[in-house]
Amino acid sequence: MTDRIPGFSTLAIHAGAQPDPSTGARVTPIYQTTAFVFDDVDHAASLFGLQAFGNIYTRITNPTTAALEERVAALEGGTAALAVASGHAAQLLVFHAMLRPGDNIVAGNKLYGGSINQMNHSFKSFGWEVKWTEATDPQSFADKIDENTRAIFIESLANPGGVVTDIEAIAAIARDRGIPLVVDNTLASPYLCRPIEHGADIVVHSLTKFMGGHGNSMGGVIVDGGTFDWSASGNYPMLSEPRPEYSGMVLHETFGNFAFAIACRVLGLRDLGPAISPMNSFLILTGIETLPLRMQRHSDSARKVAEFLSGHDKVEWVSYAGLKGDPYHSLQQKYMPKGGGAVLTFGVKGGYDAGVALVSNVELHSHLANIGDTRSLIIHPASTTHRQLTDEQKTAAGAGPDVVRLSVGLEDVEDIIADLEQALSAV
Amino acid sequence: MNHDSYTDAYIRGILDEVKTIAMVGASANTVRPSYFVLKYLLAKGYDVIPINPGQAGKEILGQTVYASLADVPKPIDMVDIFRGSEAAGAIVDEALKLDPKPKVVWMQLTIRNDEAAARAEAEGVKVVMNRCPKIEYGRLSGEIGWTGVNSRVLSSKRPALKAGFQHRGLPGVNPRAGTKG
Repeated sequence: MTDRIPGFSTLAIHAGAQPDPSTGARVTPIYQTTAFVFDDVDHAASLFGLQAFGNIYTRITNPTTAALEERVAALEGGTAALAVASGHAAQLLVFHAMLRPGDNIVAGNKLYGGSINQMNHSFKSFGWEVKWTEATDPQSFADKIDENTRAIFIESLANPGGVVTDIEAIAAIARDRGIPLVVDNTLASPYLCRPIEHGADIVVHSLTKFMGGHGNSMGGVIVDGGTFDWSASGNYPMLSEPRPEYSGMVLHETFGNFAFAIACRVLGLRDLGPAISPMNSFLILTGIETLPLRMQRHSDSARKVAEFLSGHDKVEWVSYAGLKGDPYHSLQQKYMPKGGGAVLTFGVKGGYDAGVALVSNVELHSHLANIGDTRSLIIHPASTTHRQLTDEQKTAAGAGPDVVRLSVGLEDVEDIIADLEQALSAV
Repeated sequence: MNHDSYTDAYIRGILDEVKTIAMVGASANTVRPSYFVLKYLLAKGYDVIPINPGQAGKEILGQTVYASLADVPKPIDMVDIFRGSEAAGAIVDEALKLDPKPKVVWMQLTIRNDEAAARAEAEGVKVVMNRCPKIEYGRLSGEIGWTGVNSRVLSSKRPALKAGFQHRGLPGVNPRAGTKG
């Protein structure tokens, strides 16, 4: 193309996906192969030494996955991306490149429950500490940072609860303290919110959700904003110091503003191994082509469902940032003006038993633990994902006995509302 | 001209136009960025001449090293500078004394000297600053996408292939037809 800057929908279809160089195939082929032949030993040496661009082994790079990576990097406005097996794997590789034993992450407390578990328990085995802070209060991040803090972690749109985080305020603190801001943008997707434009340094996603969008493939991604100076403080030796794995190469000096994505690939993914399958990359790539259409529809329908629930006499409260009057509506208007996303929570009158009855009564909604599908999904956290917690812990986690979470799908919104209406009427 | 950003057409035109590149600050150390770039540009068919006083008379990747630009016994199309921004000024002046003058002066990532650039442009020499020719070639050919880098290039045309399994080129850019890379 000319030097015209393409729009989001154009990038969602074309970024990273020229026709196949060998066959001319227009859709990115599924390169379902573990390894790639070398031209000769010198070519092999160049690839292993990171001196040439190319493919060795699908654990490290794969052309189908590469198309996905470039596309997500383009949609988020980053310099590069790395796709991995899941959103959890993406977070593991990000912090592996940033932290050493004894270091800590300052994390907002409004996070996906799986991330809270990962940080509280699994990361402890690596000697990484998490310091929880109030996600809705930017100043509390500044208060928690100490000399061992190597990352700040937030979700742009928190799951569940509909909390929109003030990214710019937290990014200003991160910049002031010389610490990278990592934002999980899974619930918003880059169609609704692009955190790098608001000061984030690194963006992660569970591609399993809205990016893939069809509930058929696991995947995660790390996007390098290209904004952070990894050499300034000496606190990020994976990037700023000579690496013994690569004969003393310094990654930041060598790869400049995409060095973080390279570090996650050639140190993290290469050695820890959570590679995405090329088949999953293909399915997620296909999903992303319709991301703008889907996210708009998800958001429009979710707002209508939220309005319906707000007026229902068996509903105590609704939490959805896209709803006028919601405490996070003004932040939603600032950070994601096109819509509030697909996920909302509400309280059903009658507590635990009413919640169980509701998820039992639905006929169109699927009762399962996921979000970001074409299908409308419902879950009652207190009886499922948060079952093992005490009542006090459930309430603190936003999973009180009355809480029901919806991921509003792409069916006709009249049918979605009718299903909720019949299910509520029998509660 | 404005050196904050360059159009793809400008960069592509330069990579198409030049055949012989003198690399000032080329390193014999195999993990230094300048060694990477030298190796890559050679593989793409460019004639790359290392300039490094400490290595003069030796070879890097089979190419004879010269102490200075003035010592190079053939015309140079482009001078690629791997030295600090301040040192770049004197190197540009050295380049402008060559006969014939180079067509392009290129300063690597993080290197920028606007005064020197203005002197070169006043003599009709094109300037690129704070860019890497390896990254730009990889970006415009699509090769860099294999490492997940955002090339910012969209195209519905099949990429140009060069000899070898995983080598792409730039359409219209083929300094030495038939060479590997």
